[in-house]
Amino acid sequence: MADIALARASKMAPETARELRHARRLSVGARCALPVAVLLAIGFLAPMVAILAYSFATPRSFDVFRSFTLENFASLFDPTNTVWLSFAWSVGFALFTVAILAVIAYPIAYGLNAVFGRWAGFVSVLFVFPLFVSENVRLYGWVLFFIKNGVLDGTLKWLGFSGGPEVLYTPGVTLFGMAYTYLPFMLFPMTLGLALVPRDLVDAARDLGAGRLFIWREIELPLAMPGILIGMLLTFVLAVGATAEAKILGGQSIIVISHDIEIAFTYSQNWPLGSALAVVVSVFIAALTLVALSKLDLDRMLGRR
Amino acid sequence: MLQTLPAAAATDEAPPRPILQLVGVRKVFGGFAAVEGIDLDVREGEFLTIVGPSGSGKTTLLRMLAGMDQPSEGNITLRGELINDMPPNKRPTCLVFQSLALFPHKSVGENIAFALKVKGVDAATRKKRALELMRIVRLPDNYHDKNVMKCSGGERQRVALARAFAYDPEVLFFDEPLSALDYKLKKALEKELKDLHRETGKTFIYITHSLEEAMVMSDRIGVMRAGKLVQVGTPEEIYGAPVDRFVSEFVGEVNTLKMKRAGAEWHGVDVPGTFTLSPPKDGASLDEAFVVIRPEYMRFLAPGERADNQLTGTVYNEYSLGSRIQYQIRVGEKVMLAELSRARALAPGASAEVTIGWDAADAFTLGS
Repeated sequence: MADIALARASKMAPETARELRHARRLSVGARCALPVAVLLAIGFLAPMVAILAYSFATPRSFDVFRSFTLENFASLFDPTNTVWLSFAWSVGFALFTVAILAVIAYPIAYGLNAVFGRWAGFVSVLFVFPLFVSENVRLYGWVLFFIKNGVLDGTLKWLGFSGGPEVLYTPGVTLFGMAYTYLPFMLFPMTLGLALVPRDLVDAARDLGAGRLFIWREIELPLAMPGILIGMLLTFVLAVGATAEAKILGGQSIIVISHDIEIAFTYSQNWPLGSALAVVVSVFIAALTLVALSKLDLDRMLGRR
Repeated sequence: MLQTLPAAAATDEAPPRPILQLVGVRKVFGGFAAVEGIDLDVREGEFLTIVGPSGSGKTTLLRMLAGMDQPSEGNITLRGELINDMPPNKRPTCLVFQSLALFPHKSVGENIAFALKVKGVDAATRKKRALELMRIVRLPDNYHDKNVMKCSGGERQRVALARAFAYDPEVLFFDEPLSALDYKLKKALEKELKDLHRETGKTFIYITHSLEEAMVMSDRIGVMRAGKLVQVGTPEEIYGAPVDRFVSEFVGEVNTLKMKRAGAEWHGVDVPGTFTLSPPKDGASLDEAFVVIRPEYMRFLAPGERADNQLTGTVYNEYSLGSRIQYQIRVGEKVMLAELSRARALAPGASAEVTIGWDAADAFTLGS
């Protein structure tokens, strides 16, 4: 860039100084982006750097940037450490949540598109409204619903039944809570994805003799795939990091990985260990996401390439 | 203008039986009749074009024929079988959409062979048939695996056409598929479509708002207006004997003059004078009539030259139409159109006062 400016400047001698100044100055776009770039560097990058630095610090110390050791990572991968179990719970439950939500959200998204047409995307935003209430508050609401003599149990008893099932503080209700919490994150991209399927294409396929199932398999599903996959990815990434459901609804009947990280930072006061754990989990999720995104060629799916 | 080819004429001994028959077909959308009582016989193997301005109900009519809408009243029969409620995937008909509706995630070959895949034809046979069809619509073989969205507008038309042919329909419908193309490509594809019609011998029903397009391709043209089929006939009939002013004006630019009868004479309403009119086509006796004269039949009269009817006016504007020049001539409050070949064009700056005229036989007398 500067070379070109120099070459050009040498040809047009009278404007040399002005052109050089022009070449050195940032473009309008770069200048406009500067505040956001600075904010991201401070608010997003800095904590990551701090975590990364802490993960290599001496265990049970705050000697960040002054010590370097791989001890934290070594202890994580020590066969006697059972932290892998929390990790397995997190990944397993996240996968389950994605599977459950895919099955639940697809018919809803399909119905929204069928009923509301081009407004379906907007209507699916309404599903996001519960997010305005703190997640913990909503989960405690479910606790009141499921608890002994709570909404469900109490109502059933009042009606003369023997009472509700004792589901609270079990892994099952943890899964229920996760599916409940992440429904909007699956539904919104899925609805948008399904809205990408032009009505004409379905009509054309039908006109060419195809039945409902064939159209779904050959036209509707492949064309909605970008939205579905983005919804799955988003839900998975969020669900792997979920902790409130297991704590509040699950009553710590299972310990998820984020909980372990939290314990390391709080009760144990072992920031280096917690950081190492956070780094391992982040790298794992980042790698998974990148692999998925590289396999997921949006342009090709949308027929733009 | 559009003669039947000798080969085709030889097979046309008996009048072909109707393949598709519409009796009193109506379609009402919440109190509004988009299509209002249509009766139509479509002959086997003909190229029929339904033409009309937007909102005339032609697309609604086509959707009913293709099975995407059901008529509110009336019957549609295909080879004598009632098909009113037969879903599109059971009908032996196929529609080429205005948007073409190509499957963007499939290759050219997969698009074309879609109907075969539905029928459960194996991959090798599908490819063989797709390549055959690609040759028919003049697509190169190496396009088989090409992404359909990478094709040009004209190529996509051909893919859509081949995809419809793969279904092997008895009747093909076209919903203005050429409307988005540039003029030159459109002209070329119109010719190709007509050639394909002749080569395949299928029945084509084409919908357009462009009468020019209809004139070039069709064996017969149906003109629609406000949900009604106003006139059905060969291009010559539509052009040479329009049933009313709407059809005559739709076919091209015309001069329309309102006339009133006074005894045996016709007096002009918009222009002064007495006029000689040809008898109306249906032989009706009228007290009020419209005379429709096409600009190319309007003659410039040299001093001493005579025509059945004459008007004097001033040249007020001129437009080049390529080989011809069209003049706007102001006669009183009325602006008349007349054309001259470029070779005979009026000298620029010549006397602005001109006399134009036409013979009664060259004009239509219409009641409405």
